[in-house]
Amino acid sequence: MSKQAQHWEKTRGLLMVTLAIWFVFSIGIFLFGAEMNEVTGPFGYPLTYWFTCQGSLGIFVILIFWFANRQEKIDEEFGFSERGDD
Amino acid sequence: MIKGNFIDNLPKVYGIYTGGFLAFIIIMAIAEQMGMSAKVIGICFVAFTVAIYAIIGWLSRTAQADAYYVAGRQVPTVFNGMATAADWMSGASFVAMAGGIYFKGYGYMALLVGWTGGYVLVASLLAPYLRKFGCYTVPDFIGTRYGGNLARLLAVIVLTVASFTYVTAQINATGTIASVALDIPFQYAVYVGLVSILLCSMLGGMRGVTWTQVAQYIVLIIAYLLPVFWISNKIGAGFFPHFMLADEVARIGELEAQYGFVANSKENLAMVPKGLAGITKAHSAVNATPWAFISLALAMMMGTASLPHVMMRYFTTPSVKAARKSVGWSLFFIFLLYSSAPMLATLSKLSLMDPSLPTGIIGKSIADVQAIDWYQNWNQANLMFISDFNGNGTVELNEFFMGGKAVVLATPEIAGLPYVISGLVAAGGMAAAMSTADGLILAIANALSHDLYYKIIDPKAETAKRLVVARVLLVVIGFAGATIAAMEIQGILGSVIWAFDFAMSGLFFPLVLGVWWKRANREGAIAGMALGLISGAGYLIWVRNGGSGFLGITQLTFGIFGSAVSLVAMVVVSLITSEPNAATQKMVDEVRVPSGRTILGKQ
Repeated sequence: MSKQAQHWEKTRGLLMVTLAIWFVFSIGIFLFGAEMNEVTGPFGYPLTYWFTCQGSLGIFVILIFWFANRQEKIDEEFGFSERGDD
Repeated sequence: MIKGNFIDNLPKVYGIYTGGFLAFIIIMAIAEQMGMSAKVIGICFVAFTVAIYAIIGWLSRTAQADAYYVAGRQVPTVFNGMATAADWMSGASFVAMAGGIYFKGYGYMALLVGWTGGYVLVASLLAPYLRKFGCYTVPDFIGTRYGGNLARLLAVIVLTVASFTYVTAQINATGTIASVALDIPFQYAVYVGLVSILLCSMLGGMRGVTWTQVAQYIVLIIAYLLPVFWISNKIGAGFFPHFMLADEVARIGELEAQYGFVANSKENLAMVPKGLAGITKAHSAVNATPWAFISLALAMMMGTASLPHVMMRYFTTPSVKAARKSVGWSLFFIFLLYSSAPMLATLSKLSLMDPSLPTGIIGKSIADVQAIDWYQNWNQANLMFISDFNGNGTVELNEFFMGGKAVVLATPEIAGLPYVISGLVAAGGMAAAMSTADGLILAIANALSHDLYYKIIDPKAETAKRLVVARVLLVVIGFAGATIAAMEIQGILGSVIWAFDFAMSGLFFPLVLGVWWKRANREGAIAGMALGLISGAGYLIWVRNGGSGFLGITQLTFGIFGSAVSLVAMVVVSLITSEPNAATQKMVDEVRVPSGRTILGKQ
C-alpha cells in the first residue's frame, strides 16, 4: 500500500473515533436526558442540565484540540506535515 | 511604539485596544457619577465603538484579490478564532439566546449543543481540506471539485438563499439596537446600521472584516461577561457563577413548585402585548422528548458545517494545520459566551422570582411593582407587562410577562447595576450583529463576484474590475437586506434557524462527500444540491401552510428532511452515472494530503 493510502487510512480511523465521541456527547446522552437529570452532576447541577450548559460544549472544545494534535502526528509520521508557523 | 510587520504586532495592537476600551468604560462610569444622562451614555458607547470599527475598516483597504477575498492567508490561529467567534455569534446569540433559555428551558438548550457541536464536524470533515484546496469561496470548491458551471451556480444559489435569510435578521438586530441607543425610528436606524456594516467591509473585503471582527469580539465578550459576574457577586450567588450556581438553580426549582405553573385563559393572554411571554416551563427539568431535542441539535450541527460565512474564515489561515487549530480556538471563544448564557438566564430569573431578594417582584403588590422605575421604562418599550388576572392584588408567576430580548438588555438595570453597563451591553449587541452581518454580506457578494461574474460570466476580467464588481454587489446586497429588514417580516431567531436548515439541505453532503467519497461526481452533486434545497424548502412551505409534517420534523428542523433527500439523490445519481475522470480523482487525493501547494494555486 502506498504511503498516501496508509496516511489516508489512519486519517479515516481518527475521523471515526472523533465522530464517535462527538456522537456520544451531542446525541447519545440526550436519549436518556430525563433519567440522567435525576443524577447530581459536576458542581451540584442536575446532570443533563449541566451537559447542556457546559459539559458537552467543553468536551467539544477539548475534542477538537485533541483531534488536531492527533492529525498532526499522523501527518508527521508520513512526512506530510507542513513546514513553518501556525 | 509599534515596529515591524502588522501581523507580528497583533497581540500588542489588540492589547492596547482592549486597554483603551476598558479605560473608555471607566471614563463613562465616572461621567455617569458626574451626572451624564443615560441617553448620552448610550449614544457615546455605540458611536465610539462603531467609529473604531470604521477606522479599522479604512486602514485595511486593499486592491489585491488575495487580500480582499482571503485576507492574504496570513491570519494567525488565535486571532482567526476570535474573528470566527464574532462572525458566528450573531445578534441572536447575544440578545436572544439567554431569553430563549429563560423561557423555554431544556428544549431550547438543544441550540447550545447544536451550535457548538457543529464545530467538531467543521474541524474533522471539512475546514482543513477546503483550506488545502485553496479556494476563495465555498462555491469555488464545489465548482472545481465537480466541474462545470451548473454545479457552481447551484452552490451560489444555496449559499445566497441561506445567507440572505440570515443577514436580514442581523440587519434587523443592528437597527433595533441603533434605534434604542440613538433614539431614532427603526426604519432609519436600519440604514444607520447598514452604513456601519459596510464601512467595515467595503474597502478591505475579508481583510477589513477580519480585523474588525477581532475588535468586535473583544467588545462583545466584555459586554456579556461583565454583567454576569457583577450580578452574581452582587446577589451573593458566588464569585464565579459558572461553577457556583447549583444552589440558585435548585432554588428556582423550589420556587417553581411553590408558585406552580398556572395556565392563563385565552382572554387573559389576549391582553398581553405581542411577543411577550411568561414563565411556563421548568428551568432545569427535562421538558422535551429525546427526538425533539436531538433533531434540533442535529440540524444546527449539520447547518454549522454548511454555512459559507463560517467556512470561508478558515480559508484565511496560513496553513492546513493552522486551520484545524483555529477551529478549536473559535469554539473556545464561542464557549466563553455560550456557557455564560444559561448562567445569565438563571440569575435573571432568580432576581425576579425570589421574594427574599430586594429585586424579586413575584408576590409583591401590583401597585408597588408598577411604581418601579425600571418596570415603567421597559413597559414603555413594550418588553415588560404585568396584569392582575386573578384580582388578588399581588403579582403571580403567571401574571408577569417579558420579551426575550429583555433578559439580556434589562437584567443589569433590574439588578441595580449602573447605567454604564446597559450602554456597554448595547455596544456588545451592536458588535455581535454587525460582525455576523459583515461576514454574511461578504460571503454572498464574494460568491456572486468571484463565482458568478468572474468564473462564469467574464473569466477574462482584470483584478481591478473584479474588485469593483465585488464592492458594488456588497452595497446592493446590503441595501436589499436592509430594505427587507425594515419591513419586519420575521423574528430574529426563527430566520436564523431557517438559514441553518437551508444551508444543510443544499450543501452539507455535496461538501462532505466531495472530500470523503471519491466516487461522488458532477451529476450526483447537482442532484444533491437541487433536490436537497427544493425538498427542504417545499417541506417548510408545506408545514407553514398547515401541513402536519412527519417523523416529528418541524419548520425549525426541515433541514433534516432536505439533507436526507440530498444524500440519497447524490449517492444514487453518482452511482448510476460514470465515475469522475482521472484528473478529478487525483485532485481529491491531493486534497487529502496536507502538505504541498494548494490545488487552485497550481493552476
